[in-house]
Amino acid sequence: MAQNDSQNTGIRYLNPPTVEVRKKKYCRFKKAGIKYVDYKDPEFLKKFLNEQGKILPRRITGTSLKFQRKVAQAVKRARSLALLPYVTDLLK
Amino acid sequence: MLKQYETVFIATPVLSEQQMKEAVAKYTQLIKDNGGEVVYEEDWGLRQLAYPIQHKTSGFYYLIQFKSEPTFVEVLETQYYRDERIIRYLTVALDKDAVEYAERRRQNRSKAAAAPKAEAVKEEPVQPVQEEEETNEENND
Repeated sequence: MAQNDSQNTGIRYLNPPTVEVRKKKYCRFKKAGIKYVDYKDPEFLKKFLNEQGKILPRRITGTSLKFQRKVAQAVKRARSLALLPYVTDLLK
Repeated sequence: MLKQYETVFIATPVLSEQQMKEAVAKYTQLIKDNGGEVVYEEDWGLRQLAYPIQHKTSGFYYLIQFKSEPTFVEVLETQYYRDERIIRYLTVALDKDAVEYAERRRQNRSKAAAAPKAEAVKEEPVQPVQEEEETNEENND
């Protein structure tokens, strides 16, 4: 019986294989039509930082190159005005 | 040719309200004296700094948007540099998108002053997306 089963279905798994369905990343600036990244709004910029206050890479946030540059510029300006920390723990 | 700029400065928290007004008046006057024009001013009040500057943990933030000749920026920054009340400053030129944004921000602000919470709504729709991205990020790592 067991042999027949394995012949019919080919390979059998103990756990059904998980198929990852990844959502396509997108650039939120392009989607929302935002043209200017404001350095005066630290709460918004925090979305692009990790917990240590480092700027997250594009491959994680999905931001397009054009806006990644603007985000980086804005974060750096905000840091210099002490709106965002240069280094920290547990930013969020 | 006048160009639009935006400057933010942080004054020491030890200033009294009167002294702060004097400082602001000094810089707006300086802009006017040098053929500039103040477009907008915004007082952020006393804010906590994200990290200490000159052993101070808070400061008075003040934002001025103005139009002036490009050569004036250097004059302004020298004045900031020499002023002991100012602990940090930033002057930025505004391009056309930034000017547009600045105008919208101004309108939002004036609306928010009339009816509170109007400004908070603007950024809200973008937020839920972030949660998903953050979970993705953990998976990737």
